[in-house]
Amino acid sequence: MNKKLLLSMHRKMLTIRLFEEKLNSLFLQGQIPGTLHLYNGQEACAVGVCENLNDKDWILSTHRPHGHAIAKGVSLQSMMAELFAKETGCCGGFGGSMHVGDINKGSVPAIAIVGGNIPIATGVALSFKMQKRKNVVCCFLGDGAINEGAFHEGVNMASIWGLPLIFVCENNLYGASTRIENMIGVEKLTDRLKGYGVKSFSVDGMDVTKVYTMINNLIKKIKFGQGPFFLECKTYRFVGHSRSDTNKYRQKSEEIFWKKKDPIIRIEKKLVKEKILDTLSIDKIHEEIKHELNQAVKFAKSSPHPKILNMKKYVYA
Amino acid sequence: MSMRNNKNSTQKMTIAESLRLTIQQEMERDKKVFCIGEDIGIKGGFGGAFTVTLGLSEQFGHERILDTPISETGIAGVAIGAALSGMRPIADVQYSDFLFCAMDQLVNQAAKLRFMSGGKLKVPMVMRAPGGATTRGSQHSQSLESYFLHVPGLKVVCPSTAYDAKGLLTAAIRDDSPVLFFEHKLLYGSKGNRAEKGSISPVGEVPLYDYTIPFGKAKIRKKGKDVTILGKLRSVYTALEASKILDQHTISCEVIDPRTIVPFDSKLLFNSVKKTGRLVIVDECTKTGGWAGEISALVQENIFKYLKKPVVRVTAPDTPVPFAPKLENFFIPQAKDVVKEVLKLF
Repeated sequence: MNKKLLLSMHRKMLTIRLFEEKLNSLFLQGQIPGTLHLYNGQEACAVGVCENLNDKDWILSTHRPHGHAIAKGVSLQSMMAELFAKETGCCGGFGGSMHVGDINKGSVPAIAIVGGNIPIATGVALSFKMQKRKNVVCCFLGDGAINEGAFHEGVNMASIWGLPLIFVCENNLYGASTRIENMIGVEKLTDRLKGYGVKSFSVDGMDVTKVYTMINNLIKKIKFGQGPFFLECKTYRFVGHSRSDTNKYRQKSEEIFWKKKDPIIRIEKKLVKEKILDTLSIDKIHEEIKHELNQAVKFAKSSPHPKILNMKKYVYA
Repeated sequence: MSMRNNKNSTQKMTIAESLRLTIQQEMERDKKVFCIGEDIGIKGGFGGAFTVTLGLSEQFGHERILDTPISETGIAGVAIGAALSGMRPIADVQYSDFLFCAMDQLVNQAAKLRFMSGGKLKVPMVMRAPGGATTRGSQHSQSLESYFLHVPGLKVVCPSTAYDAKGLLTAAIRDDSPVLFFEHKLLYGSKGNRAEKGSISPVGEVPLYDYTIPFGKAKIRKKGKDVTILGKLRSVYTALEASKILDQHTISCEVIDPRTIVPFDSKLLFNSVKKTGRLVIVDECTKTGGWAGEISALVQENIFKYLKKPVVRVTAPDTPVPFAPKLENFFIPQAKDVVKEVLKLF
């Protein structure tokens, strides 16, 4: 894997991690409204996928969307401003944490109803095919979403029409506090896909190079007219489901096991080992990103609130 | 030159024929327009539950008259996704009752994506939904317009004539917002063994050229001065029938057809009620929490002082739609019910 790609993926994953850490601290200080579903731990999934995509490839996201949007290139300023509920936010302050995205970057403002994005992704992929656009669609979903009816309908329709679509399932083992294995009647989550005639794969979702390579191969197959595909990324969230969750339903030993797989530490070790970066230059990157984030916070804080008169304006096109 | 380009040319047709012609013309005009739904293009099939898309797959192929599995969430979701990314889908769910299977997609997604994106997304889709009681029992007979009245972000269209069906569907297809397009099963005018018992089947002159009827423009179906009767879809005909009987009582009724209930032409209604001082709303939706109650509140908030009598609602009762024809006839507001209520106002 080339140096430039590794560096880019490292920077993006680190940006997501530091963005989430910044948000969490701002949230605890009472500076931002609402709730947060943080992405810490799952960065390799978003970055490994989106690094393969351009602005005309679209992603659909979930209630845990910050990582997806940043990986797809939505600006930190517009993301931060959205979380501060400001007019300069990527959704003008009308979306909030669970709906970030920027269609000009191919990041559809996120859909926070579990599974709700799946048939919509199928529709986008159908439309790409009808318009003979050569782009692909990646639909992020959690393990919990596979038990929604919308999953069944959306995946089946993508299958019968052979659409240029990859369902990227980030299996972090839990839907909120509920373990996925207790909620499916099959041994492995990917067993479900046999029933839809959709080829499925599993990958270590804590290793960005593996996710990247897998998606790269699947996109090549799509360019040859195959698809859709389903990719399970085995991953773990290092934080609670949302703001008030202290993870009492998880074993400490399990958390330690997964934290040893931290995708950012892993890529940093690789970069040092392959002599692409040394520890000093890694520290420098951390500082650069922190500076960018501080600038984004400054921008967000100084931005105006959304206007009441725009409420009516945005109801109908 | 095709007949259709002749600006003066019109043809007598039913609502089903008018809708079919509209879809055909819009699909010829704009490659982005396509149909998606259950049993809409199968060779030897139905052409949709009420023949509206019959024959279109032969002209446009199965990619643009796209048959789906029985998956209403999927149909709505796919239509939304296609609409977001440059297409203009016309989705079809056979019976409006099935919209409930797609509620998340319609209410949480289609209606809100523009708003949640700060006005950056648009969802130009039409969801066609046949409604109305036709002795099919409680799950294939409902009138659901009132449910969607309560969802900011959706437009709700209710054509009652062949002319309006074309102008309103053309406008709906070209609209950049999601439109729920309710069609009444008894108004289609399907022929032969597809004809509905008790059908009203209005046949009207429909221009062959394309035209639009702007949303939010109601139509006075009959001029009058003593009482205003407001009704949509089939209830327009119930109101007209009642007005004829009331003529014999020398009560002159003004019958108004809103044509779209979101947006709603309150100006035309208010002007009529200011003149007559009396308002009766006829509706096949059930009473509580329905459209008739909403209009009643709107009138009383705005022009209370012009009212000579309280606003009256003649609607379906608060029960599921019954199957037995005798009970169903009781359920559906009839002209005699309207007459009875109007007479009480004098």
